[in-house]
Amino acid sequence: MTAPTPTPYQQQPMGGGYTSPIPVRSTHLGHALASEWTKIRTVRSTIWTIGVMFVLVVGIGLLVAVQVDDREFVDAPFTIPALFGLLLGQICIITLGVLVVSSEYGTGMIRTTFTASPQRWRVLAAKMIVFFAVSFSALVVAIGLVGAATAGIHSDAGSTSGGDWARGVLGGALYVSLLGLLAVAVGSMLRHSAGAITAMLGVVLLPSIIGPIMGISQSLQAISDKLIEYNAPNSLSALFSIPMSGDEGGNGMKQLALLAVVTAAAMAGSFALLNKRDV
Amino acid sequence: MIELEGLTKRYGDKTAVDQLSFQVRPGMVTGFLGPNGAGKSTTMRMMIGLDNPTGGSVRIDGKHYRDLAEPLKYIGALLDAKAMHGGRSAYNNLLCLAQSNRIPTSRVSEVLDTVGLAPVAKKKSKGFSLGMGQRLGIASALLGNPEILMFDEPVNGLDPEGIHWIRNLMKRLASEGRTIFVSSHLMSEMALTADHLIVIGQGKLLADTSMADFIQQNSRSYVRLRSPQQERLRDIITEAGITAVSVGDGSIEVDSATSEQLGELAAGHQIVLHELSPQRASLEEAFMQMTAGSVEYHAHSDDSEAADPGLPPAPRWGQGSTKKNKGA
Repeated sequence: MTAPTPTPYQQQPMGGGYTSPIPVRSTHLGHALASEWTKIRTVRSTIWTIGVMFVLVVGIGLLVAVQVDDREFVDAPFTIPALFGLLLGQICIITLGVLVVSSEYGTGMIRTTFTASPQRWRVLAAKMIVFFAVSFSALVVAIGLVGAATAGIHSDAGSTSGGDWARGVLGGALYVSLLGLLAVAVGSMLRHSAGAITAMLGVVLLPSIIGPIMGISQSLQAISDKLIEYNAPNSLSALFSIPMSGDEGGNGMKQLALLAVVTAAAMAGSFALLNKRDV
Repeated sequence: MIELEGLTKRYGDKTAVDQLSFQVRPGMVTGFLGPNGAGKSTTMRMMIGLDNPTGGSVRIDGKHYRDLAEPLKYIGALLDAKAMHGGRSAYNNLLCLAQSNRIPTSRVSEVLDTVGLAPVAKKKSKGFSLGMGQRLGIASALLGNPEILMFDEPVNGLDPEGIHWIRNLMKRLASEGRTIFVSSHLMSEMALTADHLIVIGQGKLLADTSMADFIQQNSRSYVRLRSPQQERLRDIITEAGITAVSVGDGSIEVDSATSEQLGELAAGHQIVLHELSPQRASLEEAFMQMTAGSVEYHAHSDDSEAADPGLPPAPRWGQGSTKKNKGA
């Protein structure tokens, strides 16, 4: 290797290193959170998915609340009308969860992101926290709004216990947010929007379809029962105190716990894969 | 300062980068040259921790990229102009990068101004032309005001004004004492901007030399002569102890004498000359000669000159790429 010959345009002697005038101080998760918050609030897909979820939950909820009779709420919580919109609205939250990660892979932004933050776990953790906070609070507001409106419309129908309110509003919001979190993890592992959304739709819908079909066969009866009891629509119904089938009188806590375990496992998988793969 | 040591990347049984060791030093523009598919981009991706090397290491000021606390303040990289979220405005794309590295928000407007994108800062980057995309990518590289800048084929898709701008930008950044590492497959472009040259072919280091040395060693200079008395002229030159070569088009090329010497020689013997011109083989030719054996994708013409029997045959198009796609 030979020493380079200075060319005329270099006025400054060589070897004088350059240091960024911006002071270097170490960053932490908080900076990643700020960055991810900017990201989630500056893309239109967030407005669309949360907006559509809101319209579905509140719109369908109010329609149901207006249609039904006071008698329906004698032994059922006021939050029930929100369930019907939520069964559709969960798809929006899942879509947003997938897009939070996979849109970065789709656009190539992920290379810029990981160049800026080579501590990849921090990026994914920040994405999960920000997504969870956004979807959970949106869901609490939407379900709460429907519940409050229903209580107002049917004020003569008796009262809903605090536990039922909490299970409907917080439990329902938590269940759907966990599904969304699972979608973030799946999106991070599959890195492809359409593939990850399809996979998540399979997770939500297939058990409720396959379960009854399996029930036809005697030998698969046990599996069929579990699929029917723990599938996503039935779990949500249980949280709103009206499980469609299986576990009569159940309160949905078992289902919530199962989803939490599945989501935690998927999250662990997504973190484990994160550093190993090239982007 | 960037140091590469035995850097290797394999996809299946295809080696994209093979035992690459070199240094990129501060205060100058280092050109990273190689034909398409030579492993330039893969090398650059490994330098900034996007791809994991199969072997070897890259150190930036002695540290691994992943150990840098705020990498944007050390290294700014433009690898892929479109590596932004198209649905987000130019300003917001840069804002989230700045936040993740604790860079003051005011820097975002500053760099957008530097690259001339201030008027479209609030526009979605989806609608940007290739040239605007490149400028946005450069803005993101400059965001942390880093001491090392890496550009992967920055002039691709730029108009002449943009190319001129980027050349001057790189020279200015280097003159501030920064380390500039820029890849290209165009020798002519490098000749204008780079002070130091690293040439790779099929992932292997072919040259690590200063630009001046490269020009000196690789660009053959010769004198071309044409004359109606070609045979006589050739004899006279040969008699004078100088080697002359007849070229197909009726001219003579002489390597080891100046045009002055040859002109005087011809005048002494009263030979009419129609041409007496000093020539210089282009750097492009020198580069092609150097990398001829390692070009990944050949265009095949029926012309026999395409196949040089002295060089090992390069793999046919697609032959090596299937594995790469599978691994990528």
